[in-house]
Amino acid sequence: MGCILIGFTNGYLSTFIVLRRNALLADGLAHALLPGLAVSAIFFGLNPFGLFLGALLAALLVVLGGKMISHNSRLKDDTSIGALYIFAFALGILLLKYSAVRIDLTHFLFGNVLGLSNMDLWLTYGISFTIVLSLTVLQRHLLLVIFDPTVARSLGIRVAWLDYLLIGLMVMAMISSLQAVGVVLSLGLLILPAATLYLLSDSYPTMIWGGALLGTTGAILGLLVSYWIDVPSGPSIVMVLSFFFLLAYLFGPKYGLVRKILKSSHLHEESLRRWKK
Amino acid sequence: MSNHRLIVKNLTVSYDRVPALHHIDLELSCGHCIGLLGPNGAGKTTLIRALANLIDKESGSIELKGHFESKLSPRISYLPQRSAVDWDFPITVRGMVEMGRFPELGAWKSFSAHDRSVVQEALSVTKLLALADRQINALSGGQQQRAFLARAWAQEAEVYLLDEPFAALDANAQSELQVLLHEMVRLGKLIVVSHHDLKSVPELFDRVILLNGELIASGTLAEAFTSENIARTYSVPAFTGEPR
Repeated sequence: MGCILIGFTNGYLSTFIVLRRNALLADGLAHALLPGLAVSAIFFGLNPFGLFLGALLAALLVVLGGKMISHNSRLKDDTSIGALYIFAFALGILLLKYSAVRIDLTHFLFGNVLGLSNMDLWLTYGISFTIVLSLTVLQRHLLLVIFDPTVARSLGIRVAWLDYLLIGLMVMAMISSLQAVGVVLSLGLLILPAATLYLLSDSYPTMIWGGALLGTTGAILGLLVSYWIDVPSGPSIVMVLSFFFLLAYLFGPKYGLVRKILKSSHLHEESLRRWKK
Repeated sequence: MSNHRLIVKNLTVSYDRVPALHHIDLELSCGHCIGLLGPNGAGKTTLIRALANLIDKESGSIELKGHFESKLSPRISYLPQRSAVDWDFPITVRGMVEMGRFPELGAWKSFSAHDRSVVQEALSVTKLLALADRQINALSGGQQQRAFLARAWAQEAEVYLLDEPFAALDANAQSELQVLLHEMVRLGKLIVVSHHDLKSVPELFDRVILLNGELIASGTLAEAFTSENIARTYSVPAFTGEPR
């Protein structure tokens, strides 16, 4: 159940991330979560709410710190955030090494959906509800900001604020997928569904709902696969989603590679048809 | 409708404390197509961005028929350069024009018959009805420009601010845009266009604003577009902070 919800929420959110071109930023954030997890594990043990707060703080520090550096120097924020997150990741590995609590690093990185506790589940419910609600309420404003930030700003919409909100939701989604698929693989659920739909669909509502559906399907199928052939759930979910992505990339009816290769003949037919009219 | 006025009082804008526009006073009335002229660095873009509420003002006020700044934003619409937008965004032309209704609708209100008719009107004024169900990535440069205008129309804007819209359009697209802008003026809109090609001014605009860091002249072509004013605008280099 938790996993289905995670698939749905992340898939829903993924459209906004892909259209906003935040996929690489999400990658950075996933790495940045590690020191936060380590520090909170040192202080609070493996309490999910402690981990949640630690990870959230670490991610926000990296993003805000990166924005601050880019604001006060000539660096652009891709560089400054890139520099900070890898620093944070290294720091996280060191902290985990020297922390008194024994934590298995692979558990954070790759997750284990069968290890979801009740508390984890409640956290997942809460986070999913928050994410879906915020995205639904703010959908129009977010779309304006994503499509045309300048005009959104001239309309008095707080573009920077919505950007931070989107990043905040992204971090929350990652944390909620932490136990199930792990930090790094949660990216698969945050990027692949919308990336696949973007290759298939020309309408953003289809992308949003299709992304959610694909995320859910991927989570369920991935779980089944991991159960059948006895592999960890995180990688198997990502493999299923990657398979769908590959299919869309190759065989998408409008933007697929195969279609592109065969396109010349199609164009010719179309022009012939017009000629006859 | 055409007696609405855009009133700019004592507007000063600066970047990092270096003023780019000094004490601009303007009074523009709707129903005109106004060319904003001046050399590079004269503050044309700055003035447009200030009117569009995109940059902070050092001093001064902008007013439209009694709406003060906080309320006038949907009435004054800024048309971005075409490259500012991702044309691969998965949306149709109609969907893009419908976005113009979002500020009015907020988060919850659903699309009403009125909203639909405003969108329809916007598409028909800009002659995009036939293309309404196309993807926006299938539009040509001139059509993209018209799609921006349609979205602004759907926003029920009175004032349209265009930053160099004629740049990088071919001759056909330019004349189409010109016809459309004149049609919008006829329907009572105020259009302000930054422009650098002085030769085409008389056919495009009925009024001009000459700018060079400060206001040189503003008025009808006969009043303001005189060789004396043009010489004053273009002969003095704009203040850039560099020693001369």
